[in-house]
Amino acid sequence: MSNAYFEILRPGINTTIQDNGRNHMYHLGITVSGAIDQRNYKLSNKLVNNDLNKAVVEFAYQGPLLKLKNGKINFSITGDVLFKIIKKNSKIEDGVCYKNYILEDEDQIDIISTKNTAYGYLSVNGGFELEKVWNSYSTNTKANVGSNNGKKYSIEDKIFIKNSNLQISKEIKINYNDLSDNIIRVIKGTNFDYFSNEAQNIFFNKEFSVTKLADRMGIRLSGHNLENIINTNIKSEGLVRGTIQVPADGNPIIMLSDHGTIGGYPKIGVVISADLDRVGQLTPGSTINFKEVSLEEAQNIFKAYTDDTNKYLNECN
Amino acid sequence: MIKNISNLGDAAAYCDFGSEVSEKINLNVINYFNILSKLVEEHKVKGINNITPSYNKLIISFDLSVTNYNKIKKILLNLNVNKNFTYNHKRIEIPICCDDEFGLDFDRLSNKTKLSKEEILELYLNKEYFCYMTGFIAGMPFLGDINKDVRCDRLETPRVKVPKGSVGITEQFTNIYTFESPGGWNIIGNTPVKVFDQLNFLEPALIKPGDNVSFYQISKEEYLNWNE
Repeated sequence: MSNAYFEILRPGINTTIQDNGRNHMYHLGITVSGAIDQRNYKLSNKLVNNDLNKAVVEFAYQGPLLKLKNGKINFSITGDVLFKIIKKNSKIEDGVCYKNYILEDEDQIDIISTKNTAYGYLSVNGGFELEKVWNSYSTNTKANVGSNNGKKYSIEDKIFIKNSNLQISKEIKINYNDLSDNIIRVIKGTNFDYFSNEAQNIFFNKEFSVTKLADRMGIRLSGHNLENIINTNIKSEGLVRGTIQVPADGNPIIMLSDHGTIGGYPKIGVVISADLDRVGQLTPGSTINFKEVSLEEAQNIFKAYTDDTNKYLNECN
Repeated sequence: MIKNISNLGDAAAYCDFGSEVSEKINLNVINYFNILSKLVEEHKVKGINNITPSYNKLIISFDLSVTNYNKIKKILLNLNVNKNFTYNHKRIEIPICCDDEFGLDFDRLSNKTKLSKEEILELYLNKEYFCYMTGFIAGMPFLGDINKDVRCDRLETPRVKVPKGSVGITEQFTNIYTFESPGGWNIIGNTPVKVFDQLNFLEPALIKPGDNVSFYQISKEEYLNWNE
């Protein structure tokens, strides 16, 4: 362990530690957590030569202002993020995402904000010094489980860095083109037939807006009320990431990484695995259209998504 | 037994055990959960991330880069399930204080059930409950069934914050809010007992599906001086 750490001069809106999530705990009511955008999470690690599953700092909208103490490190930031590097001689450099940087002792990273997306990722070479709780470093602020005692970071907190000796000298930079459109692909849910024909048509043909009620738990949509003709409640049962529930008011809710483990609203659909990163990155005010795909199509799209991720990862070599 | 298996999205299997809520069906779900969990622990199946039992459903979520729905379905269909299993019910007694500052909804309950607070409590405390599932928030047990005469719907407008430790009832069920959380159940008291302990890594949840739970009343003084 080194003595290097980030001092948090400004915590940002929701800055937490995330990794690939905490599994095998749903049955106790502990949700999966983990980075909302798994591809960008992995890429941030790869850019600093880390194992892909190392824990990273996830931030939302306004990010943290961090000062490096007692070390010299490599770092990278991924996502659609506006940030600056403030050198200890007060020189300010504009930051570029998908590139690795050297940060010297007493330098600062000012993560000003994400741009058209919600989440960004910060990785350091060698990772952070954290404690694993139930197989994951992810912060779960609902159950106060995981890194930083299950709390988001506050001012003056410290994030310790495992390795303070610079290890990579090679500059890596990749061209990340997220050609994202507003089409979110879904498989019909187990309660699809609870909804009227009209509601089913609306669901797959009309545009929905992301409301302000969007966080790591889920995203509430508005635009069209989906009429339920059977029952607006079901006996509570398990949920998974991407489930789209429709409560009595008819407005769909998409479940994200910190979702409640069970729920009692009918499930109209489930977002396919390949589109979960994009759904999680949606910001309030943006609009989306749902498109139905079959299970087989979803599996093929996931293969393409994985190939695409690997293509970017290979570019880092 | 499982009546139907379908896919929930591309990374989960949805097992339907029926539509009613009963101890018998739920124990079937728990039996499947235990058998599958053991296979996962012993690394006999690959790619399963989570298994979520509920009243009458079991959801198995998996890593699509490791396995897929058809493989998981095949595993489920070929499970060696002992139909005559016995479940060793753990018995747990939970103290609750029902003073007015904790029992927030007795006026509403009395209004709906036409019973006094004392009558409601007598019927409520006089029964042992079965834990159907835990979840929604960490360690929250869903227990039942409560006496028919004290049943009541959810609040019309849910509370934004239900205090940690609150004991609630709705329909045939009763639960314990293990963390402060939004919620719409009728609150009748509060327990000083830690029903979920995130620092107890081996057994964080005091109550597990299949356990039996009863409640007994304590005074406010006992509540405040409670020492686990």
